[in-house]
Amino acid sequence: MKLQFLLTIALTVAGFTADLAGQQTLAIRGETIHTMARQADGQWMEPIENGVVLIIDGKVAAIGAASAVEIPAGIRVIDAAVVTPGLIDSRSVVGLAGWLNYDHDQDQLERSSPMQPELDARDAYNVREPLIQWVRSLGVTTLHTGHAPGQLISGQTFIVKTRGDNVDQAILKSKAMVVCTLGSSGFGSEGKSPGTRAKQMAMIRQEFIKARSYMDKIEAAQADEEKEAPARDLRNEVLVEILRGERPLMITAHGSVDIQNALRLQKELQIKVVLEGASECYDYFDELKEQQIPVIIHPTMMRASGKGQNSSMETVAKMVAAGIPVAMGSGYESYVPKTRVVLWEAAIACAYGCPFNDALGLITASAAELLGISDRVGSLEVGKDGDVALYDGDPFEYTSHCVGTVIDGVVVSDQQR
Amino acid sequence: MHIPSPQRSPLLLVTPLLLIVLALSSNLHADSTAFIGATIYPVSGPVIEDGVMVVRDGKIESIGARSDVVIPSGATQVESSGKTIIPGLICTHSHIGMGGGGDGSDPIQPECWTLDSVNVRSASVERARAGGLTLVNQMPGSGHLISGRTTYLKLRRGGKVDDLLIRDASGWPMGGLKMANGTNSQRAAPFPGTRAKSAALVRGAYIKAQEYRAKIEKAAGDPEKMPERDLKMEALVEALEGKRIVHHHTHRHDDILTVLRLRDEFGFQVVLHHVSDAWKVAKEIAEAKAPCSIIVIDSPGGKLEARDIQMENGMILEQAGVNVSFHTDDWITDSRLFLRSAALGVRAGMTREGALRALTLSGAEMLGLADRTGSLDPGKDADFAIISGDPFSVYTKVLETYVEGTRVFDLSNPEHRLFAVGGRGAGEDQTYQCCGERGGQ
Repeated sequence: MKLQFLLTIALTVAGFTADLAGQQTLAIRGETIHTMARQADGQWMEPIENGVVLIIDGKVAAIGAASAVEIPAGIRVIDAAVVTPGLIDSRSVVGLAGWLNYDHDQDQLERSSPMQPELDARDAYNVREPLIQWVRSLGVTTLHTGHAPGQLISGQTFIVKTRGDNVDQAILKSKAMVVCTLGSSGFGSEGKSPGTRAKQMAMIRQEFIKARSYMDKIEAAQADEEKEAPARDLRNEVLVEILRGERPLMITAHGSVDIQNALRLQKELQIKVVLEGASECYDYFDELKEQQIPVIIHPTMMRASGKGQNSSMETVAKMVAAGIPVAMGSGYESYVPKTRVVLWEAAIACAYGCPFNDALGLITASAAELLGISDRVGSLEVGKDGDVALYDGDPFEYTSHCVGTVIDGVVVSDQQR
Repeated sequence: MHIPSPQRSPLLLVTPLLLIVLALSSNLHADSTAFIGATIYPVSGPVIEDGVMVVRDGKIESIGARSDVVIPSGATQVESSGKTIIPGLICTHSHIGMGGGGDGSDPIQPECWTLDSVNVRSASVERARAGGLTLVNQMPGSGHLISGRTTYLKLRRGGKVDDLLIRDASGWPMGGLKMANGTNSQRAAPFPGTRAKSAALVRGAYIKAQEYRAKIEKAAGDPEKMPERDLKMEALVEALEGKRIVHHHTHRHDDILTVLRLRDEFGFQVVLHHVSDAWKVAKEIAEAKAPCSIIVIDSPGGKLEARDIQMENGMILEQAGVNVSFHTDDWITDSRLFLRSAALGVRAGMTREGALRALTLSGAEMLGLADRTGSLDPGKDADFAIISGDPFSVYTKVLETYVEGTRVFDLSNPEHRLFAVGGRGAGEDQTYQCCGERGGQ
């Protein structure tokens, strides 16, 4: 008992000392550093050869050639062959979906009602989920995660760093998107509506009409003291945020008809839409551009069957060439693997015609821009978070390893994987 | 050979008969093809730089360094410099064509045969060719203790399953027997509810098969004394006699050892499949000399019994001296990316040689077909893939796939390319046509 007590004291002191010594301060020397910063014209900056990333108090304090960045004496220095920003998974369900396919471990989809935008991902996120550690050991530092596709409107998403002992420590952005699924995978379970595509569209339209009326009443009450504000309604509050453009509706749609429906909804409702999955979006580049709809594209290794049967490993390359904003997510898997690894998915996009920087952008800078978090993460630039992934070779090569992951200047993984 | 060549095509157009006559009556080797200049991985031996492989009548005739191989006069010469030739990939556990086995009536249904349900026109079969695969073990599922007979398919082009079968000397289609233990095959009665019950039911079935076999032996060829034909028993007797290799789904360490225990009790030959916990019992597996057909998936989890799967399984088994192959379990992983499974094996510590063997020759051994395929040796079937570079690089593409000397996949053919890369129409079966025109992106 006494010994245990002393040990606890000793450990606490050790932890404290480490903190005082600046746990969030370190220097990374890289033979090649892909900063993923953009030039003024939007083009990617050239990688830095033999460079240094200096992180002080969790933020990038300096980055440049080794000759230009002075490493303060006494701080920890890590060497790596290749350095990139910490990776961003633009569409995950990890943390709500656990690694085991049993009900107690799967909290990503509530089937009691087809539209439940009030479901907040924060309330279901398991910060100790083993899959979080898994993707983190492969360089993923940020997850846009939340409710899964599978109901018409299944709930909300949020954005986390892959660290923290509780959900609040993990949060980067507590309100991200609202999840909508068009097509047969968004049909109701056990014969419940919606059972057809036309019904899906009608239900969404009706729901947003209600929300608009709710919004109008709130605004009328704000403008006129005599008018009474409507009773609080969680569902409408979230939909109003969409109507006001404060957060996008992320529509998962794969087939041609469903993508057209997503495009039509955006026009009718005049809301921000992010298209997700989008297996057959290659037929709608003009519309996506005109309506300024960015795409979180399906993982390249998504199964080529069912809704993904016409997916193509070359879609990303074509989107990049067409100038459509695109990022990549791991998507949702009902069976296995319980999560895909965006590093490996972007690698396939690169192998199938997407230029290296654009492919890396899918899981770093372009992803941060699409998710609205590029002030914090996605590129290695002074003032941004010290989130870094380290490799012993070309990150996309099957036989290279991720050798370290750093979040806010803290080494969160140092195993070779 | 179905290779367009400047030497042959005009002749073929003008006088196809003459060519046949020539081929039959002379030693011109007009039907030989020499692939010249490639880096060749025979797998049975060291890598050959600037190699030559001569193929004739669907077989490999000769292989070696350019200086060592005499190219037959009249052979079609295919310039292959800068490319890499590897044996056709062999998947020891695949569900392409979605062939199934038994139904929900009984946990033990060895009478069922995937041969009767596989759709060889499926897009999934096209994708397998695009991945460089030339041979698969088409398996029924794992929801039974014994779900049926598996079918070994050479991925020749053909519209019916017969075109793809491999037949033994007596003309019988070759395949194994699928068994499973652990939680997949445990459900409501008449299925077992526990692991002990699972093993007991399997024991009961094999004891019956032993008795059935004893009756046959006792009959000593006398038709009067022969037992009534019983399809269940016939398949199990084939397993007991080593004519049908048992392909056994198993994940957890104790389930793996149960398979080995049953094998030793009844003497069937077994290949362990998936073997998620292999790293925990690698020594026992090695001592039992049990080959392992393993899978690589991108993240751990799924079910409890498979939760502890390790990317390092390949390395640990290789180092323990176990014969290892990879499998796709397609649609669990995509056959088009089968090379990737081995590359991830290398990433996790396997040797390059071991990893390539695990995609080819080891698989052939586990299917009992190593005498005819799995490596590039004279006399073996000309089953190979031409790829654009290092077998373990993400940037390498499968360019062409050959089965028995015939090209079954060609990336430069737009129709084949659609299956390799994807796009509109890629998910439809081989026969899909719309208004007289095949769908295309």
